[in-house]
Amino acid sequence: MSIALLSDVHGNIEALNACLKHAAESGAERYAFLGDLVGYGADPEEVVATVARWTERGAVSVKGNHDEAIEKRAGYMNDATKESIEWTRRTLPAEGRAYLSSLPFVIRDGAMCFVHASAALPARWDYVDTPAVAQRSVEAARTTYTFSGHVHDQVLYFEGAQGKWSAFNPTPGSPVPVRGHRRWLALVGSVGQPRDGHPAAAYTLFDPARERITFYRLAYDHAAAARKIRSAGLPEAHAYRVEKGV
Amino acid sequence: MAEPIAPGVVIDGFHVAERLYAGAQSEIFRVTEPVREFPTIMKVPRIGALEPSENLISFETEAIILPALSGPHVPRFVAAGDLAKAPYLVTERVEGESLENALKRGPLPPAEVVRIGAAIADAVHDVHLQDVIHLDLKPDNIILKPDGTVVLIDFGLAHHERYPDLLAEEKRFAAGSAPYVSPEQVLGTRSDSRSDIFALGVVLYEMASGCLPFGIPRTMAGLRDRLWLDPVPPRVRAPEMPRWLQEIILRCLEPAADDRYQSAAHVAFDLRSPEQVSLTGRGHKSRQAGLLGQTARWWRARRVQLQVNAKPRSITPNAPVIMVAVDTTHPDDPRQPALQRATARVLSLSPEFRLICVSVIRGGPGAESSEDGTSSAHLDHRVLLQHWVEPLRLPARRMSLHVIESPRPEGALLEFARRNNVDLILIGAPSPEQHALAWWRSVASGVTAGAHCSVYAVRIPEPGLRSP
Repeated sequence: MSIALLSDVHGNIEALNACLKHAAESGAERYAFLGDLVGYGADPEEVVATVARWTERGAVSVKGNHDEAIEKRAGYMNDATKESIEWTRRTLPAEGRAYLSSLPFVIRDGAMCFVHASAALPARWDYVDTPAVAQRSVEAARTTYTFSGHVHDQVLYFEGAQGKWSAFNPTPGSPVPVRGHRRWLALVGSVGQPRDGHPAAAYTLFDPARERITFYRLAYDHAAAARKIRSAGLPEAHAYRVEKGV
Repeated sequence: MAEPIAPGVVIDGFHVAERLYAGAQSEIFRVTEPVREFPTIMKVPRIGALEPSENLISFETEAIILPALSGPHVPRFVAAGDLAKAPYLVTERVEGESLENALKRGPLPPAEVVRIGAAIADAVHDVHLQDVIHLDLKPDNIILKPDGTVVLIDFGLAHHERYPDLLAEEKRFAAGSAPYVSPEQVLGTRSDSRSDIFALGVVLYEMASGCLPFGIPRTMAGLRDRLWLDPVPPRVRAPEMPRWLQEIILRCLEPAADDRYQSAAHVAFDLRSPEQVSLTGRGHKSRQAGLLGQTARWWRARRVQLQVNAKPRSITPNAPVIMVAVDTTHPDDPRQPALQRATARVLSLSPEFRLICVSVIRGGPGAESSEDGTSSAHLDHRVLLQHWVEPLRLPARRMSLHVIESPRPEGALLEFARRNNVDLILIGAPSPEQHALAWWRSVASGVTAGAHCSVYAVRIPEPGLRSP
């Protein structure tokens, strides 16, 4: 039984549908959405409605900083991002806004912890971008496996010899053994706005029984997603990011 | 932890029988049940208050990497126990003798060094093709099977390119066995497949001379000498060794990885084709560098230290073995220039290629043996082959020429390709209109259908077949 881990959809319904289809075909039976369903992209309503449906059927869903910014102004965001947040707030029906504000910051389930940023002070939105930060998050999570987004890359942090933490860059599509006697933190990648120079959507599949994790990158119609951002009158920079994966 | 694993214990359905081996890091037991098509053993790490924790990390590394490996050069993986509760590893028991044991009877004659050395290189190449570097290649870990092939065991220090490296931060443990580790391993690099080629060089040196080229360093300072120390040329210790074998060994032992063979397949090929090895100063060397020379090497080693860790490099080397099958019976066929162009194009893609040019001539069952290479037909075709490859202007050490006489040319070509770890076969494919070449056409289609690797069938478009 595999769990599909999807984060940072950012209002990109084309990318979300591509990932959900691939996950279903790959035998995913559970789903976890790790936050930032909205912001940047042109389809927040459809994305939130889709994820809300999955949540009703038992999927895990936690809050991201863009989701929080819909209900609470975020002074730290730049102007273009604020513009897209304000547009989303206007576009999203009350039902969708209520769904986003109902989301918890952290969900723990057995050996797994799901959180958008760091499990240590999750509402501070720290980027888990070094082994030391990953270690702090894992220690706060107190679980074997911690799954996060926020940082749009796919990285696997692990506890090596003598408790020293390291970062590993996975090869897409290649399963990685993650034995349960050791602790792991996976950044699952961004579904809707990858920033590593490849526009392909990113998500991750975790198989707890076989103790292995596979990071995926999927081709999807990113040109359509970019086109919609432009025709909605949203900042050009966000369309360009989706188009180029930067 | 539950009951310790010992003879008579049944764990997860495995019946543990007598202990076969007791080492510093692990014990090995025979497994009697369940019965499989091959005999099995259980390896158990030594853990406890007095045992270093590295034992467990290296055990875990093996338990992760071995299931990812397959093929005839590694033991078959059966099961791994829960590392937190009962760590064990059940694998195939490889039938054969360890090279360590074989070497107790003394150094081996050059012919044996070459035969076994090429079999080890085949095994190393096969593991590299699966994105794994062994990093602890030594006679203990090399099993000689009765059929002449080699199995590599003990992947406890190995590195898998697509898995997190649990040993990456473990400096004390990063190096393999002191006499065999490469200079870059001494500096902490665990991701260069050419480290295995260095260790292979030490093993070849030891097999041939009975001596270790760098002795058995006991200290880190002694180990760091590996970065520059010039070993005594093996022919000084084993004078019966041919120069070409010394050339191969010393090329494996170059301190800078860029100066070594870039692929174990190339080592295997040179060992099997001594007449094709071009000698450099390495083959002719008759003494160790003097004080001045050693100082110069030490100075150059500083450069190596700076380069190491510079950028990660793929384990699968971009050093392909390319075989071109040339129909020397029809030297004027218009396919020949097309095949030459295709070959030049393919070679331009990687600087570290190895080109094998082969001509197959049809020898009936009563034909002269091709083994000695002296039949007059054989020599004629070799000259034609030389003429064919001439326009490509390749350095001698990048290519070799072979004429094979066989009643079954496609079978002979395929066997030759497999034995030499060929990555790509180029072959001219005559068009259906070329009635005179019907024989070669059937060779080309047989090779395409039966090859173990990629095949590039070179055709010239027929005017009538081009789209209007």
